[in-house]
Amino acid sequence: MGMGNKTVIYQRHVDAGAKIVDFGGWDMPIHYGSQIQEHHQVRRDAGIFDVSHMTVVDIRGEQAKGFLQSLLTNDVAKLTSYGQALYTAMLNEKGGVLDDLIVYFLGDYYRLVVNCATREKDLAWINEQAKNFEVEVEEQPELAILALQGPNARTKLQGIVDQDFAQTVEQLAVFSGEFCNAWFVARTGYTGEDGVEVILPQAEAGAFWDRLVDAGFAPTGLGARDTLRLEAGMNLYGLDMDESVSPLQSNMAFAVCFKDESRDFVGKQALLEQKQQGLKERLVGLVMQSRGVLRSHQVVVCDDGSRGEITSGSFSPSLEYSIALARVPSTIGNTAEVEIRGKRMPVEVVKPPFVRNGKKVYKSLG
Amino acid sequence: MSNTPNELKYMTTHEWSRVEGNTVTVGISDHAQEAMGDLVYVELPEVGAEVNAHEEAGVVESVKAASDIYAPVTGKIIEINDALTDAPETVNSHPYHDGWMFKIEMTDPSELEALLSADDYIAQVEAEDD
Repeated sequence: MGMGNKTVIYQRHVDAGAKIVDFGGWDMPIHYGSQIQEHHQVRRDAGIFDVSHMTVVDIRGEQAKGFLQSLLTNDVAKLTSYGQALYTAMLNEKGGVLDDLIVYFLGDYYRLVVNCATREKDLAWINEQAKNFEVEVEEQPELAILALQGPNARTKLQGIVDQDFAQTVEQLAVFSGEFCNAWFVARTGYTGEDGVEVILPQAEAGAFWDRLVDAGFAPTGLGARDTLRLEAGMNLYGLDMDESVSPLQSNMAFAVCFKDESRDFVGKQALLEQKQQGLKERLVGLVMQSRGVLRSHQVVVCDDGSRGEITSGSFSPSLEYSIALARVPSTIGNTAEVEIRGKRMPVEVVKPPFVRNGKKVYKSLG
Repeated sequence: MSNTPNELKYMTTHEWSRVEGNTVTVGISDHAQEAMGDLVYVELPEVGAEVNAHEEAGVVESVKAASDIYAPVTGKIIEINDALTDAPETVNSHPYHDGWMFKIEMTDPSELEALLSADDYIAQVEAEDD
């Protein structure tokens, strides 16, 4: 233990009793005692996550917009007002997902937040693609990121910051961000609850973390982050999608924009061919109300005997039974079976998300 | 640091055994519950079932992982802790008391000799952590 990269909050995690695990080369808190309690605190009140391991990359230059239109599946032309955010995939030529990321429009530049495990691959790819454009690609390693999530997160935050910042937090539209001096605050997250993510200088992050804890935010580890994002039906890169599958096979069609026919983006041809041939696989939700836990790599058996695989599965603390994302033949019906330790257990096939804003929301695949 | 009571016997697979006459009460160690994290399901054997030493007798599942529970000795299941069905988290909070899982009426007390003392078990856990 202790060989990996450490965020500026690391010692605070240790002091708070966190169990530390390796996550993409970073020593990160998995939980601070009980990941289920942390999960509930985010669903019912407010939690904070240190996500400073994620990578911030700013894209500047005259051709920044055209570059990102070519690099990303979603179209940054949709970003028309300052601070707006867009969820998107970045593909290779074969249409495989290199990463999923959020891009913010910040007037004269764009800010990307990408996954930590894919950092080097992403930076190499982005720089390679940037060679054909007049742009500057600049990683921002001196920044920390704290995610404040939960129904009371914004109210609690407003109580401990100055009036200007509080007003910004109050007025932020969903999926948009704004600067308050050197701090960037955005109404985004990975939990399916209201809340914000704050990108701030590392030197100021520790003191801010302490103030948040004093204000009643529960430190929340990666364990709860995983159950929260799974309930919210949000993919995790490396499990639910990777370079071997396209966004269309990964329940990410909403992050691919074909509207502007004149726009070409890396991987577009491959996706169009897939669409033309008809998608053989899709990513769906599974629900198992009987005892046991769905887990990644378990085999899904469809009613016609065809097979798929669970990409991520867990016990859902909010629903109190097990849920999963699974890549399955597109012909799957409303029910299927999952092989768990030699037994076939019946599951319901649904369209994610499972839980949003604390409430059960999933619907039968239909 | 996890708690490892001296009066119990242990298996390398992290079960503890409390021996009272011919009855062996079985649970999982504090170290095991801590490593697994929040438990969400406990699957116990049926009362009356025959179990064999070092063979699977039950399953515990946490949010993170599933793990088999092995019987420390051969014998018959004479009692199970049904309360765990609705409150598996009891194993996290009280692994050695309210978190017990099942009781075996053992047929061959010499099998106890194969179990670890608390000190030997701690040494194994420390070796695994290195």
